[in-house]
Amino acid sequence: MQMSVESRQFEKVSAETPVLELRDITKTFPGVKALDGVSLELYPGQVTALIGENGAGKSTLVKTLTGIYQPDEGAIHVAGEPVVFATAQDASAAGITAIHQETVLFDELTVAENIFIGHAPRGRFGLIDWKIMRTRAAEILTRIGAALDPDTPLRDLGIASKHLVAIARALSVDARVVVMDEPTAALSHKEIEELYELVDRLKAEGRAILFISHKFDEVFRIADRYTVFRDGTHVGAGLMADVTESDLVKMMVGRDVNQIFPERAKAPGDEVLKVVGYAHPTEFEDITFTLRRGEILGFYGLVGAGRSEVMQALFGITKPSKGVTRIDGQIKVIRSPAEAVEAGIVYVPEDRGKQGAVIGLPIFQNVTLPSLSQTSRSGFLRLSEEFALARAYTERLDLRAAALDQDVGNLSGGNQQKVVIAKWLATKPRVIILDEPTKGIDIGSKAAVHAFMAELAAERLSVIMVSSEIPEVLGMSDRVIVMREGLIAAELEGDDLTPETLVRHAAGIGESA
Amino acid sequence: MSLLKSREALLGGAILVLLVLIASRFPGFVAPDNLVRVFTDTSPLLILALGQTVVILTRCIDLSVAANLALTGMVCAMLNAALPGLPVAVILVVAVALGAVMGMVNGLLVWTLSIPSIVVTLGTMTIYRGIIFLISNGAWVNAHEMSDAFTGFPRASILGLPVLAWFGILAAVGMMVMISRTPLGRAFYAVGGNPHAAVYTGISVGKTQFWAFTLSGALAGLCGYLWVARYAVAYVDIAGGFELEVVAACVIGGISIAGGAGTILGTILGALFLGIVKNALPVVDVSPFWQMAISGTAIIVAVTLNNRNSKGKGRIILRRAQDQASEGATV
Amino acid sequence: MSDASLTPRSIPDRLHSPAARLLASWELLLLVVAVAIFIANTLASPYFLNAWNLSDATFNFTEKAMIAFAMALLIIAGEIDLSVAAIIALASTAMGAAASVGVGTPGLVAIGLATGLTCGAFNGVLVTRMGLPSIVVTIGTMSLFRGISFIVLGDGAYRDYPSDFAYFGQGYVFWVISFEFVLFALLAGIYYVLLHRTNFGRTVYAIGNNHTAAQFSGIRVARVKFILFLLTGLMSGVAAICLTSRLGSTRPSIGTGWELEVVTMVVLGGVSILGGAGSIPGVVIAAFVMGLVTFGLGLLNVPGIVMSIFIGLMLIGVIALPRLWKMWRA
Repeated sequence: MQMSVESRQFEKVSAETPVLELRDITKTFPGVKALDGVSLELYPGQVTALIGENGAGKSTLVKTLTGIYQPDEGAIHVAGEPVVFATAQDASAAGITAIHQETVLFDELTVAENIFIGHAPRGRFGLIDWKIMRTRAAEILTRIGAALDPDTPLRDLGIASKHLVAIARALSVDARVVVMDEPTAALSHKEIEELYELVDRLKAEGRAILFISHKFDEVFRIADRYTVFRDGTHVGAGLMADVTESDLVKMMVGRDVNQIFPERAKAPGDEVLKVVGYAHPTEFEDITFTLRRGEILGFYGLVGAGRSEVMQALFGITKPSKGVTRIDGQIKVIRSPAEAVEAGIVYVPEDRGKQGAVIGLPIFQNVTLPSLSQTSRSGFLRLSEEFALARAYTERLDLRAAALDQDVGNLSGGNQQKVVIAKWLATKPRVIILDEPTKGIDIGSKAAVHAFMAELAAERLSVIMVSSEIPEVLGMSDRVIVMREGLIAAELEGDDLTPETLVRHAAGIGESA
Repeated sequence: MSLLKSREALLGGAILVLLVLIASRFPGFVAPDNLVRVFTDTSPLLILALGQTVVILTRCIDLSVAANLALTGMVCAMLNAALPGLPVAVILVVAVALGAVMGMVNGLLVWTLSIPSIVVTLGTMTIYRGIIFLISNGAWVNAHEMSDAFTGFPRASILGLPVLAWFGILAAVGMMVMISRTPLGRAFYAVGGNPHAAVYTGISVGKTQFWAFTLSGALAGLCGYLWVARYAVAYVDIAGGFELEVVAACVIGGISIAGGAGTILGTILGALFLGIVKNALPVVDVSPFWQMAISGTAIIVAVTLNNRNSKGKGRIILRRAQDQASEGATV
Repeated sequence: MSDASLTPRSIPDRLHSPAARLLASWELLLLVVAVAIFIANTLASPYFLNAWNLSDATFNFTEKAMIAFAMALLIIAGEIDLSVAAIIALASTAMGAAASVGVGTPGLVAIGLATGLTCGAFNGVLVTRMGLPSIVVTIGTMSLFRGISFIVLGDGAYRDYPSDFAYFGQGYVFWVISFEFVLFALLAGIYYVLLHRTNFGRTVYAIGNNHTAAQFSGIRVARVKFILFLLTGLMSGVAAICLTSRLGSTRPSIGTGWELEVVTMVVLGGVSILGGAGSIPGVVIAAFVMGLVTFGLGLLNVPGIVMSIFIGLMLIGVIALPRLWKMWRA
């Protein structure tokens, strides 16, 4: 599937010259070659989709393109001229602008300033001209159809509005190249449509667009060209018109993939957990559901539907304003994670680095952290028992590590996830909540996590899986609860459980009709 | 915006109430002459707090300002004693430059070696104090060794205000313009508010912190000369412990120790509050020994109030809650 | 989850042996520095290697080190307490006031410890219950606590301590071994066990490295931090008893600036000011290093203020040098 350099020459059938070219870019970090001689060409008035799995090097490329990283080898050419971007300002001066994946904005500054920071209009004595800045900010906001006041401090805005500010910021420079790194991740369906219109307008203005996305429907909807990366190398490029979805998938993973989910005998037992009427002032309401022994209960919804918020309330991190939790029929009041663990409820968070693993502590100490009472005697540590416990559970999860006293921060994402899961299994829980358990981990680790979930359910542990991936939700769940805007939109089971029903309920399509 | 305004308005209101209370029993305190005296007395604290503000905005802290002040003051005094003919203008330049260099040392250590600022300035604070002893041999420079021009300058009156007070006003105005109208001023907020995002906008976090320390150092140097000239004495321990009073003025003024939040106006009010308390105590016949406890209490009250204002709101998901939020705030 | 399902061992426990870790440790480097200073002092002054002189020298650091042990735990957990010296002043003032109305030594000790605990609890409540940043809170309470001493004492002093109260700061347990030194050693042992050998110590490290993940792992973060503030307050109370006993008098300026010396000692001992790393042996050695430098230079008639230059240089140097070395090699 590897496309050679020669074959790519043929692709330049059109007589256009690229506005931006990356040639043989290599970028190495300690221990990892993030980019290995990759090339990329962007053409005016065209959208190029950059496709690749997590860890394929897309983000590194974006950061190289925008001057945040400097390549170890290779050259960047803008309009045929070689350039060097020492800082983000250099890239911006060369007409390259980006909407980054994380919102890189400032809560304490106003909307106008967020749009113009780094290139604010200057007046007399080189001082910032606030008046012009406000006017120009208002113009850009109008252009993208965002009804925001330039003087509002950013901290008063919601997530979607902040994203609009990020887009406005990217458009505040008269850019030849606009990079969009998963721009639709935080947006609603309506906002995504508006973004597509904006992309069309930018195309019409002759700008080159690099569009990074995981969603194939999106890529086929708006891209003219594609470039595929795999493990930091360039594996193919061409016109969208010449490829099918399965071609792209093959290039992306290097083999045919039909995601296979483990076969499971679905035989849920008695009710273990019952949640009745959970509510929070701003996040969710009327959350009622049950969970049975040996069951995998899926929670599906769009990003920001309130699924994680419900789970964190169940785990005692936030306090629900109303509602009751029953475990085996008995009411349990859970006011802190410590009480949740005592009650047998554990939570594997989505944000592994911040909430899951204690980076800086060795693997075995991460595993034993909630189980220290098991491995200690009257409060005094017993290292040998800690190592034994940690080894038992990490090896069961097939952890790949050099030693158990290695810092958990040196592990890959998938292996960190295994440590977090091992930590909870060691507490012998009754209910395990997995929040986006396979997000950002490679396909091999994904399959391992899926198989392991099936194994846990077979051992009569009850599993709640929050996931935004439809195949995963369909492939793993016995039953699915769909959430929308902080409410339970549907509970689906058996024949009702199809991709269409999930999407319909999650987006609220066809309900008012 | 309304929040920011209310924070300063609250403090401004507190200061007014304080003045009214004092005036109701001791009207002399609010006589223009006395207010000028109070402001003049507060000016060094104000100038140092302005410098400290930009440092704290960038998520750092500068504990070396008082030592910097003392060392610069000693150098100026010794310079004057050795060369009485040297014009004050030259001494001012020397003071600002020397202070800036000491600030740069802090800034370089923070920038290039990424050493936490509290460690760096804890270290340089003791080093700078030690150097005063080394150059002076522990001896004092007294009034009779200083020239009249040297000691007279801060007290000279222009338009009814002493030069020292003018420096306070100048620093405050200059800092306001710098903070609101220059890219560097906005970079202080950006770096402290979201250092990660600052990099994406082409702002170097370390370099911005370096300039914050340089600024803080330069202002400390300026105060060094003004302090020594005003009190007409220089010795190792002058302004001992003053760094914490400076931090206190910032905190009372609403500068968030977590960086990226707070205003120059807040700092000015914070410094004025401490200055008025200090000057009012003898007037209202309370032992000056109460001053420390009052400023401690003010710090705790201020940080508690600021914290309540800036509590995170979390994600607003429910439509009902979204509607309420948008009614209340934006557009 | 039967044990039979467990696969045989394949991941080793340790990458490097404990001995190898020790060789590469900060503590060993610091120990070498301490020994070097000791030898240099011995060569520089004939009065240095004298049992009574050395015994006297320990008073330079024992009281500060007692606070430094608790401070080390607090800093490892990601917080700081700058009010410790002010707590000494307040505790000493409280004891002085009690002594002036005839309270006996046991009562004074109880008052000193209780004052320390109360102040620690006050800091702890503000930080853990109200969620305020500890550096600001303790800058505030530092003024408040010492301010109260000033209100009570003004420019006066308490001097009427019972004669047996002098034992804590001036007594000797055996030959040249002072009571303070014995207490210092005992506390070093207790804090070593607490930090390195108990579940509590482990949670302190976990909180310091990532307090969110620690909370998400079921650790009661606020409770642990509150206990640490209590301990720091208590140790300040202990130090207040020793210092007051040694000086035999209380002025409101007692122990001024000690907070920064204690923090310096902790950081010099290899505790990361950002939290998450550090050890009690490191702090113990750092205490000796600071004591030896002060004492040695004192014998050479170098004034205290100049010694502070060395301490300041060491503080920055110990962090800067490894980083410079890394940059130079890269």
